[in-house]
Amino acid sequence: MGLRGEAAIIGIAELPAEKKQSGPARFTLEQYAELSRLVIEDAGVPASVVNGLVTHGIQESDMFAPATLAEYLGIPVDFGERVDLGGATSAGMVWRAAAAVELGICDAVLCVVPGSMILPRPADAKPPAQPLWMGASSGKYGSPQAEFEIPYGNVGQNAPYAQIARRYAAEFGYDPRATAKIAVDQRTNACAHPGAVFHGKPITVDDVLASPMIADPIRMLEVVMRIQGGTAVLVGNADVARRSKNRPVRIKGFGEHVAFKTPTYAEDLVRTPIARAADKAFAMAGLERGDVDMASIYDCYTITVLMSLEDAGFCEKGTGMQWVLDHDLTFRGDFPLNTAGGQLSYGQAGMAGGMHHVVDAARQVMGRAGDAQVADCHTAFVSGNGGIMSEQVALLLQGE
Amino acid sequence: MTSAATSDAIPLPEPTPVSRPFWDGLAEGRIRIQYSPSLGEYVFYPRLLAPGTLADDLEWREISGRGTLHTFTVAERPTAPPWADHVPQVLAVVEWDEGPRLSTEIVGADPARLEVGMRVEPVFCPLPEAGITLLRYRPSASE
Repeated sequence: MGLRGEAAIIGIAELPAEKKQSGPARFTLEQYAELSRLVIEDAGVPASVVNGLVTHGIQESDMFAPATLAEYLGIPVDFGERVDLGGATSAGMVWRAAAAVELGICDAVLCVVPGSMILPRPADAKPPAQPLWMGASSGKYGSPQAEFEIPYGNVGQNAPYAQIARRYAAEFGYDPRATAKIAVDQRTNACAHPGAVFHGKPITVDDVLASPMIADPIRMLEVVMRIQGGTAVLVGNADVARRSKNRPVRIKGFGEHVAFKTPTYAEDLVRTPIARAADKAFAMAGLERGDVDMASIYDCYTITVLMSLEDAGFCEKGTGMQWVLDHDLTFRGDFPLNTAGGQLSYGQAGMAGGMHHVVDAARQVMGRAGDAQVADCHTAFVSGNGGIMSEQVALLLQGE
Repeated sequence: MTSAATSDAIPLPEPTPVSRPFWDGLAEGRIRIQYSPSLGEYVFYPRLLAPGTLADDLEWREISGRGTLHTFTVAERPTAPPWADHVPQVLAVVEWDEGPRLSTEIVGADPARLEVGMRVEPVFCPLPEAGITLLRYRPSASE
């Protein structure tokens, strides 16, 4: 059951991280087009091979996103899909694309995630329907978040992630130097990756511990940095992969688990959905944890990385703090993790941050990571995490 | 009122046809939540059908409201603009003795003395102008 591992990532694109956008404002439709061009060029195949697309949605149209995009790009598709899994959207896009390819529905699928919030604005811009600070929470009448979360200030990500971290601390203990080390090792990786927002800016554990407390126990340097950017991958079948100039990165296994929206209602706050997703992915791929040469783990916060390492089975539950201290997570280390810096140090280009992890893994397996290249990198584990550890996807990628 | 001021006010709950008994209970200083006899469990937040089984047997029962502090955080930075003058916010998840958990805030306590697992008790916070009563928590005085 599951994927046969025939579909492959054959092209990748990731815009350099920018704190302040240098180029002109672009609609998401336009960003989608530019990223599509980049990823098709990267694969080295003609645009005419593309007959599938997956999207998270577009700012310019609340509905009919795949049709609007197919029309705008001038690329009619046999598979038009929209994925709504927050930070797990990108990983969720990739397995859906692979499934569509293996089913023979289509040959090559664009998985594109625009990541610039700098959009052209009309002369008479209207205020948004709900305040922007509500973010991923819905303030609409009848929404459980509007009724039972937002009135108590439970909005945004910092506080609920901090609640998870504190519960973790109560059950297993907490070493701030260990979570800080995750940020430090990823920063080392960013310093070997020119596109990262923090390239050339190394940090130490003491720097992390000296950064302001945001929501106890989470400190500022343990939180992602918002950037402008964008990411894309092209997923193709074996025929298209043969025509690509890159080493095909096969999608060997996946798992997905969606359990709740607000962690208040999690059955177990400190055992996250990635456990189930990772078990399924490894079983489908016929791979073991020890087969993984690099991991690209969704890192909105350091605690997310720590708990994902445990729950995905790379170390025993409750031992992650010590495990992180015992391992070198840099690209040169014994457990290369988030080798382009992750979202903590490459930067988080909004929804495109999830695809950063897919691109990071594919870049390594393709052998194109430059100074940050992991030696003999053939097998990669990728996680996606949406909401507040509420919807998670695992992918296993392997070079052909 | 300007639109900017409106968007910076703390949003309040708007009871729905299904959830109304919960909010009416709070206004009387009582906590009523749903219970599914076939599931054998209390349910929160209020729903039309029981979660998991989708049984159509939810009934309202009064509970004491006592529980334990499942987890919390002290937000030194406001979680959003409406709370700019309300830091630190003590955002908590309380587990009722009857089982379900709710999102709330801890009030009237030194944040440094809070501990996961401590006993907590309800604090009813009426907002007469809005016609709504919020349910906050404090460390239990008696336990």
